[in-house]
Amino acid sequence: MSLLSQVIQFLFTGITIGSIYAMVGLGFTIIYNATGIINFAQGEFVMLGGMVMVWLTAVLHLPLPVGFVLSVLIVTVIGAAFERVAIYPLKKPKVLILIIITLAGSIVFKGAAMLLWGKQTYGLPHFSGEAPIVILGATILPQALWIIGILIAVVALLAFFFNFTMLGKAMRACSINPVAASLVGINVKRIVLLSFAMSAGIGAAAGIAFTPIVLMEFDRGALLGLKGFCAAVLGGLGNGTGAVIAGLLIGVIESFGAGFISSEYKDAIALGVLLIVLLVRPSGIMGGREASKLKEF
Amino acid sequence: MKKIVFAASLCLLLCSSIVRAAEPYKVGAVFAVTGPAALLGEPERNTVMMLAEQINAAGGINGHPLEVIIEDTEGDEAKTVLKVKKLISSDKVAAIIGPTRSGTTMAAIPLVEKAQIPMISCAAAEDIVKPVKKWVFKTPQSDADAVRRIYEKMKEMKLTKAAVMSGTTGFGTAGRDQLKKLAPEYGITIVADETYGPKDTDMTAQLTKIKGTDAQAIINWEIVPAQTTVMKNKKQLGITIPLFQSHGFGNIKYAQDAGDAAESVLFPCGLLFAVDTLPDSNLQKPVLAAYRKAYEEKFKTDVSAFGGYAWDALSLVVEALRAVGPDSVKIRDYIEQKKNFVGVSGIFSYSAEDHCGLNKMSFAMLTIKDGKIVVAK
Amino acid sequence: MAIKRHLPLMLFGCAAAVLPLGLKDPYYLGILVFIGIFSIATMGLNLLMGYAGQISLGHAAFYALGAYATGLLTAKYNVHFLPALIAAIIVTAAIAYVIGIACLRLKGHYLAVATLAVGEIVFICLNAAVGFTGGPSGLAGIPSIEIGGFSFDSDFKFYYLVWAVFILLFILTANIINSRSGRALRCLHSSEIAAAAMGINVTKLKVQVFVLSAVYAALAGVLYGHSVTFISPQSSDLMFSVKLLTMIVVGGMGNLWGGVLGAALLTLLPEMLSAFHDYELIIYGSILLVIVMFLPDGLMGGFEALGNKIIRKVRARGRG
Repeated sequence: MSLLSQVIQFLFTGITIGSIYAMVGLGFTIIYNATGIINFAQGEFVMLGGMVMVWLTAVLHLPLPVGFVLSVLIVTVIGAAFERVAIYPLKKPKVLILIIITLAGSIVFKGAAMLLWGKQTYGLPHFSGEAPIVILGATILPQALWIIGILIAVVALLAFFFNFTMLGKAMRACSINPVAASLVGINVKRIVLLSFAMSAGIGAAAGIAFTPIVLMEFDRGALLGLKGFCAAVLGGLGNGTGAVIAGLLIGVIESFGAGFISSEYKDAIALGVLLIVLLVRPSGIMGGREASKLKEF
Repeated sequence: MKKIVFAASLCLLLCSSIVRAAEPYKVGAVFAVTGPAALLGEPERNTVMMLAEQINAAGGINGHPLEVIIEDTEGDEAKTVLKVKKLISSDKVAAIIGPTRSGTTMAAIPLVEKAQIPMISCAAAEDIVKPVKKWVFKTPQSDADAVRRIYEKMKEMKLTKAAVMSGTTGFGTAGRDQLKKLAPEYGITIVADETYGPKDTDMTAQLTKIKGTDAQAIINWEIVPAQTTVMKNKKQLGITIPLFQSHGFGNIKYAQDAGDAAESVLFPCGLLFAVDTLPDSNLQKPVLAAYRKAYEEKFKTDVSAFGGYAWDALSLVVEALRAVGPDSVKIRDYIEQKKNFVGVSGIFSYSAEDHCGLNKMSFAMLTIKDGKIVVAK
Repeated sequence: MAIKRHLPLMLFGCAAAVLPLGLKDPYYLGILVFIGIFSIATMGLNLLMGYAGQISLGHAAFYALGAYATGLLTAKYNVHFLPALIAAIIVTAAIAYVIGIACLRLKGHYLAVATLAVGEIVFICLNAAVGFTGGPSGLAGIPSIEIGGFSFDSDFKFYYLVWAVFILLFILTANIINSRSGRALRCLHSSEIAAAAMGINVTKLKVQVFVLSAVYAALAGVLYGHSVTFISPQSSDLMFSVKLLTMIVVGGMGNLWGGVLGAALLTLLPEMLSAFHDYELIIYGSILLVIVMFLPDGLMGGFEALGNKIIRKVRARGRG
């Protein structure tokens, strides 16, 4: 295999994995903007998306597009319900308390998934065949293109939502200053609900797209959540574009690290780069200076 | 009135004597029923529950019911230590089977050695029985024997350059060590040595690197589901050299998950999956067939090699209990001198120098053909 | 006044001293030993988080460093325990110092991710350095702690060792909190700018607390390694850091007793729930959720509120 095709192969791999990290990172960003908390259950939404999809298509034999839409809807509802049950009733909660609540929530989701679907792994058929596409000696699966496509669609939808709709603008207002936002008549509590629903939905979409390539099981969420969290912070917390760029970057660094340096230390290499970036730019790649000061514990 | 009291007390006396006579034999079991190794621990627990039910339905052990106290370690070492302490001191078990993982077994060894309770581990690592620990046995085959079978097969296929992939778990690391150690003995050179995390989602980077070398075969060593991704990624990259898996591949689910990417994968494994192809003269065949049938009927799911490890461990203990009663010292001595015990993973012959009891003949080289596990030609 | 302030600790010490006499079962002693070990680790983290207001998601790394340092020195190189312990403390403190200087410039979630990255890098290195640490297969055969010819070789003896260390550290920590630097710490927690304006060397103070809390974690790790006699990287992964943090939040942040309560709850709860088998995870998560939702100041905060309520009621009745 020539060096060029190796490089291209690492790039393909990195971008595919990075797209998932980016979507998880986007989920973190949306909830962070609305509430200031890091949602530890974000990875579980990805897991739930994959698991529900498997259940709908493999057990109930629904066609793929219907299954996709339904799974995203179901997980969106789960995310919203989680907010109503665990976050909404609290008056003036501390950020750290909310974070631990999401952590407890992630344990509940994991436990429920284990009870419902057992401990084994589940696969899904690829959306459009498994024949890899060969480009300059490197290969990419059609499913990887689906993942990248879904990421692009999610980013486009979010960009439209935040820039051109009233509700999206209201959400942005909330993230800048919730008190001022409520003064101009924005229902902040409802925005928080919406943020949970949206990140759950995005997480689910990522999970569904990802399951055919990897396999899904009840405890896969944590690691994906961790990587997404790193992406969200590396990009500059609260900055969606940053999260996407950082997610892709982490994926690519991991892949090149494993390929050219050492597969044993590939995660350490990615985390090392993350540390260095943070030390040079304490508020991430795209984060503003004030962002790092906001939302103390 | 007096008569009734007399009858009642007689009845009580009778009952209590029956109860005393039928004092249950207690065996402890520690498995990773939840947590990262749940996929291994669950069939182990199921097997033990099923076997205990069968034994008790058949009248127990010499009239004593068998009571297996199953504890969940969550695959966590600190939890394992607590559970083993509980089994030894609160439940006062005569012997312990499990734990599931190598790490948790290593954490439990000092406890059973000190309390002088025999423990039959269901974990594979060589370190568990090498050097021999007086009170510790294990039922899975040795990594070294699996490696030998693979290298022998490679020699047969005239392949001398291997690329090694392994997971960063206890199982993966132990296998990687043995692969490196035994390679010179068989004239095999290891041209690539790659690893991946047990929850990694993609191994194309490692495989791309291997593709760039002149490896003639890939040997992948892992026990968790991540090993299926190796097969899928290998296919995606169009790598055509043969792929060997370890005995950690002993789960039909892994092959199913990989779909046609699992075709013609070679792996050394116990005979459990190949039971249909065995000749009737095979000593293990009745045991394997009965276990497989009972398990699949009861749990409506495929058997795995992991459940087999637990079957062997409990059956050994039960045989010892039947022969010598619930005396820990005698159970240990009985197991240590046990020869030709026909189990699921092989035919065990223990000795004072060998607490593993199996040799490389307990493995068959299996492969996947049309989605089914068959003996490799 | 001094007596009143130390009364809870004295009572606690007496209870801790008497408890094992009636409780000889190694299983219960084992649980209590683990609670003690986790309490020591949470005490340091509580000082860092509850008093200085700096988060760390990487304390498992220091716990692992402590455990591996004395474990390797005593098991592989036959070093006596005390010199090994001193080496472990120096190594951990030095590493924590470097990490602290680099990372503590970061704030909030950025600090959380930086410490998390440090913890994961240590975890990966412990896994990868197979020849040195044993890798994922772990390090076995760590001897019992031996000090001056006395060996802590039973659960019973180890119990007293762990809780004696705990009480000593508790006194030390309580003194720090009530000293000048303790007041400076709390000032730092409420506002870094105000603290700096009042002449507190913020960076130096933060690094000092970080190093101290890392040493506490290392001590806990040392005790863990020698009590189990086996360690693997798995016992100090990211989830362990998260668990320590959860213990503090559930028990009560900024209250030294909170860490103990949290450690006790999170160790006991899974043991009590193990009868529920596969339902354990979901029940455990739900209980955690309910506690954090309804007791935002942790168990300790809840107890205090309850105590105040009773006192108020009694007083009201006394007046009426």
